Amino acid sequence: MVEAIILAVLAASTPLLIAATGELVTERSGVLNLGVEGMMIVGAVCGFAGAWLTGSIFIGALFGIVAGTLMSLIFALMALGLAVNQVATGLALTILGIGLSGLIGAGFVGERITPAMHLHIPVLTDVPLIGRMLFGEDGFVYFSVALIVGVWWFLYRTRAGLILRACGDNHVSAHALGYPVLRIRTFAVMFGGACAGLAGAYLPLAYTPFFIPGMTAGRGWIALALVVFSSWRPGRLVVGAYLFGAVTILQLHAQGWGVGIPSQFMSALPYLATVIVLVLLSRARSGGSTAPAALGTVFVPDR
Amino acid sequence: MQLALEKRAERSGTIALVSPLIAVGLTTATMIILFTILGKNPLLALHAYFIAPLTDGYSLQEIAVKATPLVMIAIGLSLCYLANAWNIGAEGQFLIGAVAGSWIAVKTQGTDAGAWVLPAMLVLAAVAGALYALIPAICKVKFGASEILTSLMLVYVADLFLDYLVRGPWRDPQGFNFPTTAEFDPVATVPLLIEGGRLHLGSVIALLVVAAAAILLGRTIRGFGIRVVGAAPRAARFGGFKANQLIILTFAVSGALAGLAGIIEVAGPVGHLQPGISPGYGFTAIMVAFLGRLNPLGILVAGLFLALTFIGGEQAQIAMKIPLDVTKVFQGILLFYVLACDSLILYRFKLVFPSRQVARGDG
Repeated sequence: MVEAIILAVLAASTPLLIAATGELVTERSGVLNLGVEGMMIVGAVCGFAGAWLTGSIFIGALFGIVAGTLMSLIFALMALGLAVNQVATGLALTILGIGLSGLIGAGFVGERITPAMHLHIPVLTDVPLIGRMLFGEDGFVYFSVALIVGVWWFLYRTRAGLILRACGDNHVSAHALGYPVLRIRTFAVMFGGACAGLAGAYLPLAYTPFFIPGMTAGRGWIALALVVFSSWRPGRLVVGAYLFGAVTILQLHAQGWGVGIPSQFMSALPYLATVIVLVLLSRARSGGSTAPAALGTVFVPDR
Repeated sequence: MQLALEKRAERSGTIALVSPLIAVGLTTATMIILFTILGKNPLLALHAYFIAPLTDGYSLQEIAVKATPLVMIAIGLSLCYLANAWNIGAEGQFLIGAVAGSWIAVKTQGTDAGAWVLPAMLVLAAVAGALYALIPAICKVKFGASEILTSLMLVYVADLFLDYLVRGPWRDPQGFNFPTTAEFDPVATVPLLIEGGRLHLGSVIALLVVAAAAILLGRTIRGFGIRVVGAAPRAARFGGFKANQLIILTFAVSGALAGLAGIIEVAGPVGHLQPGISPGYGFTAIMVAFLGRLNPLGILVAGLFLALTFIGGEQAQIAMKIPLDVTKVFQGILLFYVLACDSLILYRFKLVFPSRQVARGDG
């Protein structure tokens, strides 16, 4: 029972972790892309299409990544190339993404695929309690952990990461030092799009083996909240993503146990938890914001 | 050689006038390509979308009915966005308004309650919408929590709450177990303007809201304050305009308008409370606000135009089997083009030759 819950929590947390990791890098470069939900849902439908057409989960995941990246390029063109308000552009991207996914996905509703294989190492996977947790996951789960470790290493241990953070904190200075702010931000936005696309693809490829319209169900928005929750730090992001996954799964189980609370109230719990956590964290941080200083501001280089 | 943006010395009035036309032109071109990819005759499709709904009275009324909630919500949102307060949870405020107003309708059902019922429903819905919008506003002002995220999370909560009510305590006992309340009594229904038609009193209220917003923004100090706080926060502080107070005010007003739109939709075209009363009005209204450039009259035009695409989309689906999602794609593309073209009001394109480029620091 406990083992099943832990496995379910990991599965529910993984798409949040992947999408939030991408958005963390984007925001660290000073760009606020509110289109995560739109990029995710397009990643989900394209990922399913790729796997359905080729029979390969790996190619499906690649389709998701490419789709998310293409969506993010639209955002980059608008918000960075044309200096359009980032909030409005991000919202437009989500609306476009929901429409596109419905259009592409209409032909795939009702189809099924074989979901991603889980790792199986004889003996190790069969260890009670922790065996399946550590050695019996699908590839996405392992990849998500590698991804966040890689991003931490990149941001804090490499020169390129330092430059990216500099762009996010003060684009004027970074520009004056000769760094190509807009190009760096474009790469950061593309990374965010690739992650969101992969996170979306995870849903039909590993979470449920079919595609339904609107299957991201607000996960993109929760990923955005997780970035705020993490104070833009990779370590806290991991904690936040798994905590959130745990709340989601526990409320599902509580519904099953027949707790005398209407199911709708339990389903609302993850969203209410997000609001409460945002308030508590923002309040604790009253000494000053930890957000990248240039987050969401328009930058047009002075030539 | 590369293309770069350069800030104009002052905003270009000419471009401000022609940019919506360029955007509509570019969108039409993109849609022709999309229809061709889908294997539909683009000219027939465009006719079904934009011309056919304008040719019969029933569709014209239907456009006005559809535009009513969009315009009301978008007017409130535009006040928020002008003041740099990002309320994107209007969908939730719409639903809570619908629930609060329906409470009176459900409780007075079958009694001999008089003509006070409908006005009371409208007022309660507006108050409830405003209170629901104040949650993210207060979280923002008091604790600094991102209003974008909190207002959005509350949409899901409102949706689930409505779902609970119509499946639980408020379910119509004679409703064959469908999740819906009983049909509202005549005193709890928004009156029709034309007997036997679709157009209802709500559309008149929406027009009054547009007029009120135009007066507020163009003729009053309060309206001026909203615009200054959004455009130049520092100058506004020196001018004595309080940003926090305006966040609270604009959120409350937009929540009230969204709540009002919610009860008008339920007590008007729908006639009872059920899940799915809103096909995303609160989110589409965000688009309406931006397409109308946060200007009351612009929003009226944009609301009618988007309503046209909804009705046209339904007709195109029936007549040509074009998927309904094409409408959403169309709306998203249109918003992108409008935002992109508006960028040219403030900036111009310039060719840059890197070899001659001299670093001048931040100037």
